[in-house]
Amino acid sequence: MTHSIVLAGPAAETTRLLIYWVLAIGSVAAALGMILARRAVHCALLLAVVMLSLSVFYLMNGAPFLALVQIIVYTGAVLMLFLFVLMIVGITAADSIIETIRGQRLWAALAGITMLILLSLVIGHAVIGPEGKSSAQFGNSNVTALAHLIFTRYVFPFELTSALLITAAVGAMVLAHRERLRPKPTQRDLAAARIASSHPTPLPGPGTYAQHNSVDMPALLPDGSQAELSVSPVLSGAGRAERPPALGGPQPGGEQPPAVPGRAPASGPEAGDQ
Amino acid sequence: MVSPAHFIALSVILFVIGAVGVLVRRNAIVVFMCVELMLNAANLAFVTFARMHGALDGQVIAFFVMVVAAAEVVVGLAILTAIFRARRSASVDDANLMKY
Amino acid sequence: MTGSADGALAHSAVAIATLHATGLQDAAWLLLAFPLLGAAILLLGGKRTNSWGHLVGVAMPVLAFVYGVAAFVQMLGYPAAQRSRDLTIYQFINVGRFHVPMGLQLDQLSICFVLLITGVGSLIHIFAVGYMSHDPERRRFFGYMNLFIAAMLLLVLADNYLGLYVGWEGVGLASYLLIGFWQYKPSAATAAKKAFIANRVGDAGLSLAIMLMFFQFGSVTFTGVFGAVGSASHGVVLAIGLLLLLGACGKSAQVPLQSWLLDAMEGPTPVSALIHAATMVTAGVYLIVRSAPIFDLSAGARLAVAIVGAVTLLFGAIIGCAKDDIKKALAGSTMSQIGYMMLAAGLGPAGYVFAIAQLLAHGFFKAGLFLGAGSVKHEMDDEVDMRRFGGLARVMPITWVTFGLGYLAIIGVPPLSGFFTKDPIIDAAFAKGGTSGALLGTAALIGAGITAFYMSRVMLMTFAGERRWDENVHPHEAPPVMTSPMIVLAIGSVAAGGFLILGNRLLNFLGPVTGVPPTLHGIWTPAGGAALALVVAGAALAYLMYGRRDVPVTAPAGSPATVAARKDLYGDAVNESLLMRPGQWLTRLSVYFDNRGVDGIVNTVAATFGGSSGRLRRVQTGFVRSYALSMLIGAVLLVGALLLVRL
Repeated sequence: MTHSIVLAGPAAETTRLLIYWVLAIGSVAAALGMILARRAVHCALLLAVVMLSLSVFYLMNGAPFLALVQIIVYTGAVLMLFLFVLMIVGITAADSIIETIRGQRLWAALAGITMLILLSLVIGHAVIGPEGKSSAQFGNSNVTALAHLIFTRYVFPFELTSALLITAAVGAMVLAHRERLRPKPTQRDLAAARIASSHPTPLPGPGTYAQHNSVDMPALLPDGSQAELSVSPVLSGAGRAERPPALGGPQPGGEQPPAVPGRAPASGPEAGDQ
Repeated sequence: MVSPAHFIALSVILFVIGAVGVLVRRNAIVVFMCVELMLNAANLAFVTFARMHGALDGQVIAFFVMVVAAAEVVVGLAILTAIFRARRSASVDDANLMKY
Repeated sequence: MTGSADGALAHSAVAIATLHATGLQDAAWLLLAFPLLGAAILLLGGKRTNSWGHLVGVAMPVLAFVYGVAAFVQMLGYPAAQRSRDLTIYQFINVGRFHVPMGLQLDQLSICFVLLITGVGSLIHIFAVGYMSHDPERRRFFGYMNLFIAAMLLLVLADNYLGLYVGWEGVGLASYLLIGFWQYKPSAATAAKKAFIANRVGDAGLSLAIMLMFFQFGSVTFTGVFGAVGSASHGVVLAIGLLLLLGACGKSAQVPLQSWLLDAMEGPTPVSALIHAATMVTAGVYLIVRSAPIFDLSAGARLAVAIVGAVTLLFGAIIGCAKDDIKKALAGSTMSQIGYMMLAAGLGPAGYVFAIAQLLAHGFFKAGLFLGAGSVKHEMDDEVDMRRFGGLARVMPITWVTFGLGYLAIIGVPPLSGFFTKDPIIDAAFAKGGTSGALLGTAALIGAGITAFYMSRVMLMTFAGERRWDENVHPHEAPPVMTSPMIVLAIGSVAAGGFLILGNRLLNFLGPVTGVPPTLHGIWTPAGGAALALVVAGAALAYLMYGRRDVPVTAPAGSPATVAARKDLYGDAVNESLLMRPGQWLTRLSVYFDNRGVDGIVNTVAATFGGSSGRLRRVQTGFVRSYALSMLIGAVLLVGALLLVRL
């Protein structure tokens, strides 16, 4: 099956062409969208599109193992890692398009265009020959052939990268570790704190409206103002992109609930603007 | 006829887009994602060259690039989290104490 | 070669000293050693030598005089052609092509000067013992005086121009030290500086002449230069002559470098007598007479010397007419008399001998006049304004007689010295012929008349008439230590002129060195008669103005001529506007240029660096994205470079 796509016969030629062009344009559009999108989550999803397209390209170039590794590891693990961190860090709705560094966008664009031109000249001058002769190592025995290479010629880099992975994992653990400075509050402590605070009752739930019922919509108090306690502090940022249009009211400020260990501080996490 | 030149061209375009994205975005996580885009573009080039030369070395290198990219993302995001906890900001512009 | 009508060229003789000094003359360095030893003992010994220092200071010139007389006697024993003796002390400079031996030349000309310097110098030293008896710094005074004697002797004895220059500078230094002897007086310090600076201008001329000599002839010894000067071009000889004249003007206070001499009277009177009357100011005349072979070859240089002499003799005489300070009047007289000597020296071999004769006679009577003035000043509590003198003849008879003899000598009354020495100069000037001769002679005649006028004025205001003294001044005669030198000098004033001129004694003696005049006039000539008539007229005018009428104690306003003469004929004003102001502007310009230009350049360079660093600093924005941008730009450039190379 992979044969017909990978090892192109004349019948599959137009298919390949079609797949290439569609996916190429799609990935370029996705990449552009990624650097221009406001919300970070959109960027992540567009990157996923690019990665999946690349996976198909690997397939077309006789690298089925890499194609699958791309999907499983890259898109499935690394990108998900991005999304997890986005979740921890939080989303800010408001965005500032204004570039703070003078001339940055201009020069970046110029540099990018110049790089594009130069690299095009490079590949124009370089001799990029046709596809080499296909063999089984690009098809069914791709894994075997790769393994052969990895464990004979490239065994040293292999060992080094495994050491690298271990180091990275340990390093991440060290970086993310938080030392507990105060004793872990027991359930009794939590309950006592809740009774002692200004709202011993459970917090209000988020608002549910006709057009918006996500977790980050605030509930309304009887006088029409928003109840900050109804939105998780993780989700309430310095501003929010969408407001229920009929509602007005002040932005949720940074009301600080009493510092209870375990609860995230309420001052809106200022995830950086996009 | 889809020749390796097509893929190289695409790789170049994606690389440049990723480079510009690193310079333009302020959110640290999005900057990381643009770096990932550049690495992916390089991977595409490697795989294409492997096909061109008829040897699998390019794929092996692409494989290692993926491994290293994964390690890099792990460590980078851990750093980002630590910084975010300390400063409450994930903007790359906020770490500007080394100015004149 | 020059084809001039001056037939005296045929008689110009250069006695090239080829003979080595023998016998007593071989120790001629003693002439320098004695006064140098005295100076060393007194100046290095310090206050310890205060009690007996003046005795050493007097003994040294006396010892030098004794030696000088002995060497003179030995010289007279030689035949005329062999009287020029040379002895080499050591090799002064021995570099490449430049060889200068330091040697002494004892010939007729230098022995005359040696006798004058040591003889008159000893007398003045004895006088100074009494004159400076109240001064606590007397020892230092004698140290400087001995230093001066040593330098002056080196000047006249050196056998090369460079040794002469060393002596030249030495007398300039001694003059500076002695004029400013009373350093606490600002006027004295300023006068000393003025003398030194004016001398320096002249010294520049002399040093340029020496350099030109070396450049042209390869040697600076007298024998070397005089032997080779015949082969030099007109322009070079004229240039050397004019430069030597410039040096002489500085040292002898001739126009245009005459302004320092009157201010130099700030020094003690023995200094004025020795340095600024008898010896140092005559060094210029010595230089020109010694360089006779050079001047013989250039009519232009000779004419310049004669003109300078003529102008100065009138200049000094006019100034002397209006000065109320007795020393300044005598200084004007010195300027004028040296003008006579320069005029004579500018006439070539026709006048050299008479210039030296006038110089020797002038040494006697001018020193006598100055010592007399010093005695008067000493007795009148350091008062020098003649308007406060008057009637001193009764109280200071010895001073009056010696001063009077010097006065008669200087105005040229026969049979005293001045008559015999001045008239030949006037005759030689007229004998030069042409308009220049007539003008020079007329100037000399007029100068004689004016000399009589102002000297009679000095005599009358000081010694005759009513007493105009202050209440607490009680003059009486000076002590013997001061009057004995004056008496000796008065004898010289009377006899020296006749002794030298009658019988052509000096002429025969000096002839081998300087050349003889082509024609010898008798004692009584028409020009001499005219001069005598003018002298009588001048003295009579002075008597009418100052003898018959009372002399006002405060100086009257005076005519414009008097005012001009009081201001030294605006010599100082000219110097200031021509030299000082441009010099000041030059200094200010240099300072301005240094501050703005040089400092400006340096500061601009520094500011450029500072400014540019301030600008470049802004690249460090602290933003990671800016750095990332520069990295991308760098990568782009690298790719471009690689592309270029591969292209």
